[in-house]
Amino acid sequence: MNDLPLGMLLAGILATAAPLIIAALGETITERAGVINLSLDGSMLLAAMVGFMVGYETQSFLLAFAAAAAVGALVAGVVAVFGIYLGQLQVAVGFALTLMCRDLAYFLGNPYSRLQGPQLVPLKIPLLGDIPLVGPVLFQQPLVVYFGLLLVPAVWWYLYRTGRGLELRAVGENPEAAYTRGIDPRRQQLLYTLIGGALVGIAGAAYSLDIKPGWGRPQGIEGLGWIALAIVIFGGWHPVKVALGALLFAFLQVFGITLQSVWPSIPAQVFQVAPFPLMIFALVLVNLLQRDGVQRWLERRPGLALLLARLRGAPPRALGRSFHPD
Amino acid sequence: MKPVLRPAIDGLLILVLVFLFTSALLLLVDTSPVEAYGHLLRGSFGSWSKFSRVLNVWVPLTLCSMGLLYAFRAGLWNIGVEGQMVLGAIGATAVLNGGLGSDTPLLWLGLALLAGMLLGALWALLAGWLKVWGGVHEIFTGLGLNFVAVGLVLWLIFGPWKRPGIASMSGTQPFPRELWFPTLEGWRVSPFAIGLALLVVLLSLWLLQRSRFGLELKAVGQNPRAVPLYGLSPVRYMLIAITLSGALAGLAGTLQVSGVYHRLIPAISSGYGYLGLLVVMLANFRLLPIPFIALFFAALNVGSIQLPMMMQLDSSLSGVIQGACVLSALLVFGLRRLQRRSP
Repeated sequence: MNDLPLGMLLAGILATAAPLIIAALGETITERAGVINLSLDGSMLLAAMVGFMVGYETQSFLLAFAAAAAVGALVAGVVAVFGIYLGQLQVAVGFALTLMCRDLAYFLGNPYSRLQGPQLVPLKIPLLGDIPLVGPVLFQQPLVVYFGLLLVPAVWWYLYRTGRGLELRAVGENPEAAYTRGIDPRRQQLLYTLIGGALVGIAGAAYSLDIKPGWGRPQGIEGLGWIALAIVIFGGWHPVKVALGALLFAFLQVFGITLQSVWPSIPAQVFQVAPFPLMIFALVLVNLLQRDGVQRWLERRPGLALLLARLRGAPPRALGRSFHPD
Repeated sequence: MKPVLRPAIDGLLILVLVFLFTSALLLLVDTSPVEAYGHLLRGSFGSWSKFSRVLNVWVPLTLCSMGLLYAFRAGLWNIGVEGQMVLGAIGATAVLNGGLGSDTPLLWLGLALLAGMLLGALWALLAGWLKVWGGVHEIFTGLGLNFVAVGLVLWLIFGPWKRPGIASMSGTQPFPRELWFPTLEGWRVSPFAIGLALLVVLLSLWLLQRSRFGLELKAVGQNPRAVPLYGLSPVRYMLIAITLSGALAGLAGTLQVSGVYHRLIPAISSGYGYLGLLVVMLANFRLLPIPFIALFFAALNVGSIQLPMMMQLDSSLSGVIQGACVLSALLVFGLRRLQRRSP
């Protein structure tokens, strides 16, 4: 294998992973604050449609992404208000929104089906883009890919190195305690649900303006919102591990397409659905690692234990539970 | 306000909200709401032929919703109902393939029912087992298994069960009439299927509301940590509930194959599993409203089929209305809660 296909493969993985990273990090922020927004699959699709529509009408990427972010935040806002202030099950609200946003996207997007719209072009960073192999993979990508990659350290820094990040995590772990310290958990949760939703919206527009340009039915991103939700769990609610999970999934997807041309005798459907059982398997593995028996077995293998300890992660303790000040 | 009146007022409030939202949406895309509602109504209740189509949707939707209710009672979100329906359809197709050319078609139809329910139940049990043993939330195992089920059905249609000649998205070779669920002249729906769905509703009514099992299931769902004190095993009840849930979804899938499409098609589940979740939520997780809400949703589904042709609207309008119903209901229930908290 010469270095061109390898470089293309790696660049493809990164490009495929970028929107997933953005969406999954958005959900990570929301869930760390204690709210579960299950509407990702639908709101990403709706944001993709709105992003494409605005991009088509205005030919402005800035407006397109801003509109998509607003849609994502709006849908997340419904989850937050219904869940936090009206005491409804966050999972129920999110699921109803998932289905409704999908249908709303197809209904409103109907006139924009199969139109030729704007598409993000790769942006080559001077000098860095000329480095062999690394250059084409890392520094000749569309803007959303840079955004996704820079978001990882940014979210990590915010969550673990700032006072506001500490408040965010405190609200997700123990809203009652945060409340006694003068933090308003409900306002914090509303804020981070909106921010997380805006990121999910940006991820949606990244598909319709870059990865799978255009709008149509089916759009081809159905199911990815669920994958993003699973990646958050897989990554143990930690931004860096979540990003690695998104990369792993993108790798499986790209690798599947490549393998299909190597082994044409295996039906395409097997490769298309392969990431899903692998995701379940990975979630089972992550969970089994928390078991006492497995822990004891690992104590005798310090090297392996150290490696696997990195995989573990516990959900925010107040996840999905609505807080009431009284 | 009299407590008897409250559900009626809430129901009316929900309908008004949905009506306002949908009308605003239709005006937004420059169409007449009156015309659209007219098409929805005529498309679903306009003739017996159309209404029998509605019933064709009502049967699997009611079965899936009933199944979901069992899972919800045990505190489980069985989103995998969609895949369980697909597996039921696969099981039924496999059996009916074996019954081709047999002189006892009714026996094979009965076997197909059993196989469909069994496969649906096993697929659900897998999700349940992954939850209790693997600790993965049933929403994710269910969804993952849904995608796997769709992959499986596509592989079967394009691989081992492909039509003689050319495989296509239109599905497998249709079964001969002997292997169709018996129906009457001019009916698109098998009365037998309607009977089965009604039977399931009545049985569930007894099992969930009147029997000891239903009571225990509820206890498990509401407080899984406390029930071991009474000698009940939450794990066992969860697995039983999700298995029953899958069996009913499998039954729905079987009826799709043997009573509606008479073959296996890629979209055999038609999204009824996901729609069933909305039905149960709108029913506020109660049993009695389910058959009626399922009928309303089925009418929307069938009525919207002619929207693209008559008005150049996408048929997904039905899904938007259904989603708006559930969100309005959640809003009204939520406001009631707020009202109770601050008298």
